Formats: sequence, C-alpha cells, structure tokens
Amino acid sequence: MKSKRSYLIILGLAITIIAILGYGCENKASTSKSGGALSSDVASQVYVPPGEYDEFYGFMSGGFSGQIGVYGIPSGRLLKVIPVFSVDPEKGYGFNEETKPLLNTSHGFVPWDDAHHPELSQTNGKTNGKWIFINGNNTPRIARIDLSTFETTEIIEIPNSGGNHSSPFTTENTEYVVAGTRFGVPYPQKDVAINSYAENFKGMLTFVSVKEEGDMDIAFQVLLPAFDYDLAHSGKGNSHGWTFFTTYNTEEKSTLLEVNASQNDKDFIAAVNWKKAEEYIKQGKFKEIPAEYAHNVYDEKSHVATSTLKKSVKVLTPEDCPGLVYFLPTPKSPHGVDVDPTGEYIIGNGKLSADLTVHSFSKMIKAIENQSFETTIEGIPVLKFEEVVAGVVKDAGLGPLHTEFDGKGNAYTSFFISSDVVKWKLGTWEVVDKAKTFYSVGHIMIPGGDSKEPQGKYLVALNKITKDRYLPTGPELCHSAQLYDISGDKMKLLLDFPTIGEPHYAQGISADRIVPNVKKFYPIEENTHQYRAMGEKDARVEREGNIVHVYMTTIRSHFAPDNIEGIKVGDKVYFHVTNLEQDWDVPHGFSVMGANNAELLIMGGQTETLIWEPKKEGVFPFYCTDFCSALHQEMQGYIRVSPRNSNIALSWRLGEDEEI
Amino acid sequence: MKKSILLVATVLIFMACTEPETNPVPENTIENKDLKGQSSVSDDSSEKNVLQVALGSKDHTTLVAAVQAAGLEDVLVNAGPLTVFAPTNAAFDALPAGTVEDLLKPENKSKLAKIIKFHASPGNYQGDLLKDGQRLYQASGDYVQVSKENNEILVHGAKIIATVQASNGVVHVVDKVMLP
Repeated sequence: MKSKRSYLIILGLAITIIAILGYGCENKASTSKSGGALSSDVASQVYVPPGEYDEFYGFMSGGFSGQIGVYGIPSGRLLKVIPVFSVDPEKGYGFNEETKPLLNTSHGFVPWDDAHHPELSQTNGKTNGKWIFINGNNTPRIARIDLSTFETTEIIEIPNSGGNHSSPFTTENTEYVVAGTRFGVPYPQKDVAINSYAENFKGMLTFVSVKEEGDMDIAFQVLLPAFDYDLAHSGKGNSHGWTFFTTYNTEEKSTLLEVNASQNDKDFIAAVNWKKAEEYIKQGKFKEIPAEYAHNVYDEKSHVATSTLKKSVKVLTPEDCPGLVYFLPTPKSPHGVDVDPTGEYIIGNGKLSADLTVHSFSKMIKAIENQSFETTIEGIPVLKFEEVVAGVVKDAGLGPLHTEFDGKGNAYTSFFISSDVVKWKLGTWEVVDKAKTFYSVGHIMIPGGDSKEPQGKYLVALNKITKDRYLPTGPELCHSAQLYDISGDKMKLLLDFPTIGEPHYAQGISADRIVPNVKKFYPIEENTHQYRAMGEKDARVEREGNIVHVYMTTIRSHFAPDNIEGIKVGDKVYFHVTNLEQDWDVPHGFSVMGANNAELLIMGGQTETLIWEPKKEGVFPFYCTDFCSALHQEMQGYIRVSPRNSNIALSWRLGEDEEI
Repeated sequence: MKKSILLVATVLIFMACTEPETNPVPENTIENKDLKGQSSVSDDSSEKNVLQVALGSKDHTTLVAAVQAAGLEDVLVNAGPLTVFAPTNAAFDALPAGTVEDLLKPENKSKLAKIIKFHASPGNYQGDLLKDGQRLYQASGDYVQVSKENNEILVHGAKIIATVQASNGVVHVVDKVMLP
C-alpha cells in the first residue's frame, strides 16, 4: 500500500515535471524565434527545419562546369544543377536527340563551356523571377533558362567575339542582355600574325535583344578597339539607357599580359548609350556584316530544340555614330563595374589597385555636354578623369574585384588578395566594416544586389580557394560559398558550404518571386513531339530501312512495349520515350545496355529520344533508372538483336504470356 | 522517501528548465576578429609561399616581425602572384636608430602596412622580366622604378642580392628598405 502510494506520488511528480519541461522548452523555442537569448546563435539563423523552404533561391554559376547550381539560402542546400552549356549524362542533356541542338554552334556541337555570370531578368530594375541568363565564355554564347521549369530553353552564339566574359548583365527591363568580348580577335576573323594585334584585332560589344516571351536576337554590335572587355553592368534609373564595360589590356598586347597589360596607369570603363544605338540603327547607320552564329531554341510543347545558323549582324562604328561610346579613365585594370541602385554611381574595381574608383553618372553627362575630353581614341572621346570621378574608397584592401549593394546606402566590395569583403558607404566613401573570407573571394552576391531593389539581408562570398576548410579530397578541392548576415551594422559569418564547379558569380531572389510559377509536370495533351505516344495504345515500333523508331511510354511501373524483337545489328534504334505521368515528381529514366551516350530522364508529359546502335547479337535489357515506385525494380524490358540478314519480323509486346 | 523524491524532482526541474539560462550553451557566434585567415593553413608538403620563404630565412626576422605587426600575413600566402622585395635585417638596421621600433608600435600599424605594401607588386616579376627603366605598380598604389647597372638590378634604389622562388610568386632579397 505504502509503496503503491509512493509510486503514485512519483508518477504524479513525473507528470508535473514533464508538463513543466514541455512548457519550459516550448517557451524557449519561441524565445529563440522571436529574437531572444539565442538570436545571435548562427546555427539557428541558417537552420531551415526539414520540410520547410528557404527564404531565397541562390543561383550560382558552375564556372568551368558549364552549369548553374541552385541553392537554398540561408541553408546552403543544393536544390538542382541546371545543365546549360555542358552535357549532363544524369539528365541526358546534350545526349538525347531533343537537347543536342541546344549545344550547336558555328563550330559544330560544343559539349562544354565555362559559365560565369548568372543574371536574373528584371522589370523596372527589379528581379522578376522569369528567367536567368548566363554567359558561355569559351565559345561565346548566352543562354536563357526558364524559371518555371528550371531548364535551359535558349542559347545564342555571339559572333566576332572571343571569350564572352562581360556578359550577360541585363538592362532594367531586360530589353537587352550584353556580350563584350574579353579577348580581342581579328575582325573579321582571318589568318594573320598574332603580333599584328594592334592593327588587325578588334573588340566587339554585342547587344542581344530579348522579347517579351524570351527569344533572343543580336540587335547590334559596337566595334571598338581591341581592349579586353572584362565585365559589364547596365545603368538604372537616370542611367537607364547606358551600359558600362570595364577594360584592361588597353596596351593592346598579345603576350605575357600578366606584365604587359599592367603598364597603363588607367584603363577605361566604356560607357555605351544603347538608346542612341537604337536611333542609329533606325537611321540605318550600321553596316550589315557577314557573320555565322547559331540560335538554338527549345520548344516546351514539342520538347525539341532547333538550331538555326544566322548569317549576318548589324555593326555600329563609333566614328560613324557620335555620342554612342565614351571612355571613362579608371585606374589599374578595373575588373568589376557595378552600378548602385540609384543608377548614379559607377564603381570601377581596379583589381591591381588598393583603391576603388567611383564615377558619377550625372558628372559624366555634364562632362559630355562640356566636351571635357582628354583625347579621342578611334572616334571615342576619353572623358577627363577628374570631371567624372565622384570619389575614391581609399585603402580598403588589396585586389578589389566586385561590388554589390544592400539598398540601404551601403556597398560591399570583394578584395581577392586580402581575402576580405569590405562594407563602405555610398557618398562618403567611408569604410565601415570588414569581414574575412576563406579564402580568396571573387564575386559576392546579395539577392538583387546588382538591381534597383536589393533584398539586402544576406551576402554570399564566392571563394576560389578552400585549402583546409573541409575534409581533404586529394589535389582537387571544392570551391565554396560563404553566407554573411548583413542585416546589422556588422557583417556576420553564418555558414560556409561547398559548391559545384566554380561559383563564379551568383544571383539571389526571394523565393516568393519564383515558387508560384514553377511547373510540376508538362500537360500531356500539349505534347506536340513528332514521335510522342499519347497513351499505351500508341506504343509501337516502326522500321524505315535500318532506322527503327520505338514509340515507347512509361507509367508506374512499366514500359510499353517492354519486349521488342526484330532489331538487327547495324540498325539505328531511336527510343522515343513519352512519360505518361501527370503527377508531381515522377520522372522515369530509361537506359539500355551498351548505349554509347547516356540515359534519358523524362519528366511527366515529356517525350525524349535516345539513339541506340546495337553492334552485337543478343537480348539486351533496358530499365527505368529513376526510382519511380515500389515496383521500380520491375520496370524493365528486353530488346532482341538479330544478325543483319535475319528474317525475324519486327514485333513488340507488353503483358502477353510468354510462349512455352 | 517523499523528501528525496521531491529533491530529485526539484533538481530535475531546475536542470531541465533553468539550466540553459543560468549556464547557457556557448553561442555559435563567430567573431570576425577571432577567425584566422589563410596564413594559418598548415601545409608542410607544398612549395613554400612568400610568407614561408620569409619565415624560413634568418636574414629576414625583422621583415617577418613587421609583416606580423602590420597584419599582412594572409596577403603573403594568397594565390598571388606577388613579387616581394624583401629587405634583409641588415637593411632594416641601416635605417636611422629607433625607426623600426617606432614602426612596430600598434599606433603605426597602417603606416607600417603602407611601407610593406610598397615592397610588393601584384604580378610575377622574375629577374628577366625586370627591365631598365620599367615602372612597377606596387600594392601600396605607388610606382617604383627599375634600373639595371652592371648586371645588377635596382628597384627604387634597392639592389636585388638574391632571388627565391615561392609557390605564389617570387621573393627578391634587397639590400635596402624602400621608402615611398
């Protein structure tokens, strides 16, 4: 009895304790969320609980991977790798027949590129979440990615260019994306001695127009001296209508640039008045110049990309078009050129300098009106430095590269050599904070940080070197992104995470501008693919000579047909696989033994095609590669390959009993 | 028995609910000033970088002390490439008495940093790339003049007396401290 009573007391107390515990802990959790004692705990600032969404999307270029990595910010979780300029066997991108034309160029099929600067589309200078553009450096191109599908839907090649680095950098309403050549090239391209650089080489700036529904077109090119056009940004607000390009190698050298391109005290920022260019185009002041370049468009209904080779471009020459281009002298090989949210300040990040040079747009306009020119180069007036400079940010660090803005009057600049991000005030040029990066920061990104309306809560530093930051993985180490909280006076390091390839530049945007438009599948009734099979009844196999078209469907958990016979060695078999699923997150994969390409990864409602050229007789399995269902392992089939001279009739089946 | 139960219960309640407030878990706040940069990377197998070259030289202890006092260690281990003109201890000793001691004082940190940056060029200027009459742009933002006399290379009047390759650039040992 006594022991029973004590037992009850213990039980009672235990319940009380649990109740208090529960209450106490709940209380604490709510305190931390509302900014109480634990608000400075950085772990809680980047912790996004399982099942919850990040506040921002971060789009980081893959650099030499040629792709874009999509990350959640602040968690740093990798959400998707979007294949853009490089083939991706994981998704069949560049391997399936539908996407191969996207990678076509005037040099033929180019399966790789170096993708540096993602740039979100804008409306009135504000990121609109519709598209993201990115440049291909090596074989000059610009790609457009649709943010309702997160797929590459268009790629345009840039002629008369070599090293498309100062690109794509949109204008305020995505009227244009731009493409400045980093390397001077002979114009027109021809066989000349390399040391004839100064006389035969030119530098071309390209303005690519973007229509309401996408569709890029080269509107015009501007022919300039063969400087190296390094980076660009377009004006905004008052400076809307202008685009600014940095230059280095104004020495016009072609060898050992490390030394030879660092001789001049000042290089230039080229200011291009593209509204004026539009007038000159209307007036017919251009030359139509032969040029060969590919324009590749992916159709979301047919799920097929087409490639068209274009034959000419309109070229404007500053000598014939006064007022089109001005040079703003800027110290020491300026790298990034960044325009503040008001559009007044144009920041030249002189990468060999210890200082930042800030030009004023309104002073520039005055200097133009007053014709305050130092000299003229190939018809381009060079404005007097002191007439355009607004201020200098002194001794902020070593090796300034890029500047972004928080929309609260502050600018943030990355310094490569001193591995710092420096916060300074626009207008007073006063340095107010410094944060270390680990290590050797290149670009930095604030969501909307190069637009008119930055969403200045976080800053991401994109680092080139990680050395001892993570567990070592042999000589090749990952690059990294580092997340800083910039909501307060001082930058606060929150997180450090590895990235794919090289996170060269990045863009960020609040998720609410993208999420409502994201598609879950492609409506099957809209599928216009030439080789679609709209249902299993459509599934069939057709032969045209040695070409065999397999109209195949997938649905959980089988292929139709899943047995195919009558294929011969030497045939070219096209598996056109239509995924009949109309459900969220149910792709099917398709792979067949001995395929010399990759798999297919087919989204609901989509048709994709894999070519298979059997070289051996036998019976070869194919199967679904994406774990689609509980009976995914059963999603398999066979294709029988007979000798070239075989009489086995073409046949296919699904579900019929096997002959005994 | 009851007392002991109550005691246990009180202790449990105390531990469960008040412990985090009275003895908080160390916050994961990261103070920038506490974070060590790239110069703290431990790596004994790679080719020596500019800082390691200086650290390994018994003739450059003053320079190393100055680099540390100016907080420029991370700069000298960065990817570079950097060309550093490294005055020897003797070169520092040749300065007027008290100069070095004065520069090493914390209040003169930025002045010292400026002088050290005056000894570094962004770029990899190996000996044969230094030409008579050439100007080099230094990390301080100033230019220095290169001259060649009787096969000797002088930079801003300081003679290169030895050259050591580094993984992130080159160290030219010079016989004078270069002053802007």
